[in-house]
Amino acid sequence: MLVLVRKHSVRLLAMVGEYVSLVVDVLCAALVKPPAWHLIREQLYNLGVMSLGVVAITGFTTGFVLAAQSFYQLGEKGLAGVTGVLVGKSMITELGPILTAFMVTGRVGSSMCAELGSMKVTEQIDALKSMAINPNAYLVAPRFIAGIFMIPLLTLFSIIMGIFGGYLIAVYLFHLSPATYFDPMQVHITLFDVATGCIKSFIFGVLLVTVCCYKGMKTSGGAAGVGKSTTQSVVTSYVLILVADFLLTMALNMIHQEMKYDWMKGV
Amino acid sequence: MIRIKNLWKRYGSIDVLKGLTLEVNRGEILVILGRSGVGKSVLLRHIIGIEKPDQGSIEINGTVITALKKNQIYAAVKNMGMLFQGSALFDSMNIEENTSFYLKQHGDPVTGKPFPPEDIEQKVKEALAMVGLEGTEHKMPSDLSGGMRKRAGLARLIVYRPSILLYDEPTTGLDPITAQQINELIVKTQNELKGTSIVVTHDINSALFIADRLALHRDGQIVHVADIETFMKIDDPIINFLRENLSNRPRKEPH
Repeated sequence: MLVLVRKHSVRLLAMVGEYVSLVVDVLCAALVKPPAWHLIREQLYNLGVMSLGVVAITGFTTGFVLAAQSFYQLGEKGLAGVTGVLVGKSMITELGPILTAFMVTGRVGSSMCAELGSMKVTEQIDALKSMAINPNAYLVAPRFIAGIFMIPLLTLFSIIMGIFGGYLIAVYLFHLSPATYFDPMQVHITLFDVATGCIKSFIFGVLLVTVCCYKGMKTSGGAAGVGKSTTQSVVTSYVLILVADFLLTMALNMIHQEMKYDWMKGV
Repeated sequence: MIRIKNLWKRYGSIDVLKGLTLEVNRGEILVILGRSGVGKSVLLRHIIGIEKPDQGSIEINGTVITALKKNQIYAAVKNMGMLFQGSALFDSMNIEENTSFYLKQHGDPVTGKPFPPEDIEQKVKEALAMVGLEGTEHKMPSDLSGGMRKRAGLARLIVYRPSILLYDEPTTGLDPITAQQINELIVKTQNELKGTSIVVTHDINSALFIADRLALHRDGQIVHVADIETFMKIDDPIINFLRENLSNRPRKEPH
């Protein structure tokens, strides 16, 4: 039993080491000698433009559901007026970043992993190395750059769609006035909420791109190996995004509380 | 000159290379024979810097590449090329893009500047003509047969005229006529580039056609290296088997 635990721990540590090494290599490549613009542009298009549809539908329907749930749950307690704030705060701090990250992982992350994995098992990545080209710089860095730019933008788009979806349900189905929906948002949605959403979407973007690319670059075992890696990349990304979400929520709120306390002491 | 000293490599619990030592002279074609799975391809991957040994050293033209850091290795292997067993053409690019890839990435090795597009086009045309693949520029690798892919892989290699060429099982899985075409191309490339070539194969007929010297790889080591005549006289179970199963074909210079 102890031997088994030790074996798995060593393997996990090695995996973490390889992952960190890939991230450092990609960061160096992206900062020191950025990849050619056409490589980045291609990934910006694949990751960003091609994901707009799925992100829009996700944000829109989530906005519908949030508005309906908050109206039904809170309306009978006389709190129908908080529908807009609830939709807005939920979308900005939590659902926008996480659902966008999940959808992009499913649509783009899995495809990145499968593409790189397939290149790995057919020796195309070795061919790059044999031609004196760093595959992390050529293949992973453009995806990384596209991810850190596009995922926050997609998240913003998802949040807007969610708030708009919630507005349609609240105003046209439950007959709240537009002012009842929007006005409380200006008071209760703070800069801290917006910063939380931005930070989360950025971190999720880094996580999902690097995990999916790492899994792809470490693929072995032919076509079956590509399938296995792709599944692992999606599952690992989801788990890490959820764990990171909890840790970020705790950390950011603690920092915010601390800052508020300091500010109040100053006053 | 390539000097490999006491090379060790372990995968899991298996030692694939066990203190392998080998010297390859400048300008020769050395063919390494051996059974499948003995680590012949692993050796090539070490020479070109894809793998790092657990122990031992590889010196290429005075540079010990095994002592270099990852980014330094990329610079050190710029003048080398490898033909992979499955060709390893980039399947998202057509044949022209595959062939011009190295030139576009690295530019002119002398001036360090990018090649003008018309120069690249000319070099690609010449390389494809050399391997008999004129007119396939806009085809995708998936549109080509196995033999054509091998030749396209060779074109991608010779277009940048590397001084050290590594061939991993160049004729495996090909029909005898296509295999012979590949053999002739290897000799023709060698005559043209005057480089150093290492060919890994288990096809003795192919080996006899292209080799200047032969080496036998067994149990993670090079157990015999000699010129063809001396090699074929060695009393070794594998060489005896090869001798008995040989369809004698003299080496010919390609037209």
